[in-house]
Amino acid sequence: MTSLSDRKAGFGAKLLATAKSNPIVVLLVGVSIIVGFTTNNFFSWGNLGNLVSNTAIRFLIALGVSGCLITKGTDLSAGRQVGLAACIAGVLIQRGDYTGRLYKSIPEMNMWAVLLIVIAIGAFIGLVNGWIISRLKVPPFITTLGTQTIVYGICLVFTDAQPIGGFQSNYTRLITGRIGNVSGFYLPYLLFVAMVFGCLFWFLYNKMRYGKYMYAIGGNEVAAEVSGVNTKNTLLRIYITAGIMYALAGYLLAAKSGGASASMGMGYELEAIAGCTIGGVSTTGGIGTVPGVLVGVLVFELLKIVLQFLGVNPYYNYVVQGLVIVVAVALDIRKYIAKK
Amino acid sequence: MSEYLLEMKGVSKAFPGVKALDHAQLQLKPGHVHALMGENGAGKSTLMKCMFGIYKMDEGQIYMNGEPVTIKDPIDALSKGIAMVHQELQPIPARPIGENIYLGRYPLKKVLGFIPMVDHEKMYSDTDALLKKVKLPFDSRQLVGTLSTSQMQLVEIAKAVSANCRVLILDEPTSSLTQREVDSLFDIIEDLKNDGVAIVYISHKMDEILRISDEVTIMRDGQYIGTWEAKNLTTNMIITKMVGRELTNLFPKRENVPGEVAFEVNDFTSINPKSFRHVSFNIRKGEILGIGGLVGAQRTELMEGIFGIRSHVSGEVKLNGKTLKIDRPKNAIDHGVAMLTESRRESGIMGVLSIADNISIASLNKYLDYGCVINSGKVENLVQENVHKMNIKTPSSKTLIQTLSGGNQQKVIIGRWLANDPDVLILDEPTRGIDVGAKYEIYCIIAELAKQGKSILMITSEMAELLGMSDRIMVMCDGRCTGFIDGKEATQEKVMALATQFE
Repeated sequence: MTSLSDRKAGFGAKLLATAKSNPIVVLLVGVSIIVGFTTNNFFSWGNLGNLVSNTAIRFLIALGVSGCLITKGTDLSAGRQVGLAACIAGVLIQRGDYTGRLYKSIPEMNMWAVLLIVIAIGAFIGLVNGWIISRLKVPPFITTLGTQTIVYGICLVFTDAQPIGGFQSNYTRLITGRIGNVSGFYLPYLLFVAMVFGCLFWFLYNKMRYGKYMYAIGGNEVAAEVSGVNTKNTLLRIYITAGIMYALAGYLLAAKSGGASASMGMGYELEAIAGCTIGGVSTTGGIGTVPGVLVGVLVFELLKIVLQFLGVNPYYNYVVQGLVIVVAVALDIRKYIAKK
Repeated sequence: MSEYLLEMKGVSKAFPGVKALDHAQLQLKPGHVHALMGENGAGKSTLMKCMFGIYKMDEGQIYMNGEPVTIKDPIDALSKGIAMVHQELQPIPARPIGENIYLGRYPLKKVLGFIPMVDHEKMYSDTDALLKKVKLPFDSRQLVGTLSTSQMQLVEIAKAVSANCRVLILDEPTSSLTQREVDSLFDIIEDLKNDGVAIVYISHKMDEILRISDEVTIMRDGQYIGTWEAKNLTTNMIITKMVGRELTNLFPKRENVPGEVAFEVNDFTSINPKSFRHVSFNIRKGEILGIGGLVGAQRTELMEGIFGIRSHVSGEVKLNGKTLKIDRPKNAIDHGVAMLTESRRESGIMGVLSIADNISIASLNKYLDYGCVINSGKVENLVQENVHKMNIKTPSSKTLIQTLSGGNQQKVIIGRWLANDPDVLILDEPTRGIDVGAKYEIYCIIAELAKQGKSILMITSEMAELLGMSDRIMVMCDGRCTGFIDGKEATQEKVMALATQFE
């Protein structure tokens, strides 16, 4: 039996231990608070809503890539897949009476049917990635580096590098919609989408064989195979799931932006990987949780907003983001070395 | 001036949990071949690694020409004229023979008087001269990857010769050589002897030892037993000296009664011609079949072949009269065959995952609700049952397996397999790297499983364990099954005689 005070001390110690093992999270949250109190309008409902919406879409992408990272892989094609999904969704959802329609022969389509088409395409790209990785044994880094370029090329051909606009209004309205009014703050629909998928992935990772096999492969692929896990099919499923998540994110992103172009989603894979790594997904495999991914993505988005509020030249964002990724992975690897 | 070129005296070396060398010694005369013999784990390779500077000795002293010397690392050893051909080769397949031989000591030339560049012409012509000297018909520019394993071994020996060494260590040099290649190796050794090189020759092959060596030193359990002149020894004398010890380990009383034949393997042959071939055996319900043999006898390969980790070209596996088709471990598991693999770290534990995850991974289909949702309660019950039954010492089921001791990790992995209630359990070195107390507990678990009627195949390189736990012993040598011995009549001499029956 533990007394209440013991448990309290336990919680404090736990919090301290968590903080110690995630120094980058502590650092970034600390910086945000300082910036928040030293600049105007940082703590505003508008800013919060912005943060939530941005985080929601990034979170979906990060969930997709998390499975790849946990199995010691990666997915560099994530951002371009998001872009392709956004463009396909954009083209198919253009209003029938919009004069700039790209493919005039395609009839005006129902937005839900378009969602299904986009997801099917995403699943197919994931299948290709997974097949190359699990069957041809090409390292995930190389595989997805290749498909990244292929997907971008397809996207350029498909859109002829033209920006796409003129969406059906119900599409943009639904995705960017919000409900409730809590003293000036509205809950964006995207928040609920993110919550639903967060729960779904938590369930998938913790309560289904899918998750158990995924962690087992990341922990020790040989041992998993010897224990009867079909490692090839599991990897295939992980990359298909990832493709579906990117497609969904692309569909939402086009609506949120009110337009789409081939350059959309560029670099999102690095943001997603950074979010995962900051959130404790280990590049050495077998470690990573859904709440961790959420925290990582949130902190990373917070960082972007902080830089914006500090008035930093936006070009420096890339420098800072790149640094954060390297530092996060370096800290993670250090943990691993220390354990040995 | 000492009559010995190199002496090692009072060498001790301990690894966590095991004393590998206990005041061992060795004395090498110039121009002599000195055979170093002993069972698996007797400390032969460890002693050589101390001489070559790979390991640092805890105690002891090395003398060269009577002068005490310290050998810091392999580079230091090479500079003192000691060269070693390792049991496991580490060539770079994608580079030519010449580069492999001069790796790390490339001949250099100065370009423009100051830029050091590798002198490829000198390197290749030197290599060609060397290959000619040791009578190997290869071109120095040929890629090492195009050679067979035995040819690589010969190149490795040529590399050691090229170092102009005064002491040459050969650790099981003939394990992959054909008879003709062995003959040419022995010619090389004769030449080196005439040049006054002292050669340490480690091998299990009695006929080779008696043919090539001048002196024989025998080791047992890390201790020095003695040195004899080879011409005064016979195979039987060597075996008796190698194994001559009391059984100190204790084993539980076994109450299992072998029943009818459950599992049969017929004419099983590997896809790799150097590995297991034409192996047939059967095992009864409730029987413990020990599998003995020297390191390299292909016992692990055979069992991994049966379990579907490695490929076979011919042969069949039958369980209860039904032929099984096993291409992957999953097929074997589905048919009720389980295998505890040899290397816990490489193919057993998933270090960063919890005990619960590690124990349930092979049997998750049994804990599902609605056909797809894992019932954590059922998994927890499994963990608790195993923790209780096998006395696994762990704070909780969520503890990471990598934080447990080797013995407790092994129990978790055994639990993983028992969760599927297999009919046949293959155990590959089940007590390797485990302390004595936990060993006894694992023996008890094995005995209990046999009593329940499970067929147990146990590979072990520990003679005491093999004799103490087996109802019957199958002995392998060089990929073949060389015979069966009834557990009651088995002696160390009988096992060693079968284990050294090279073709």
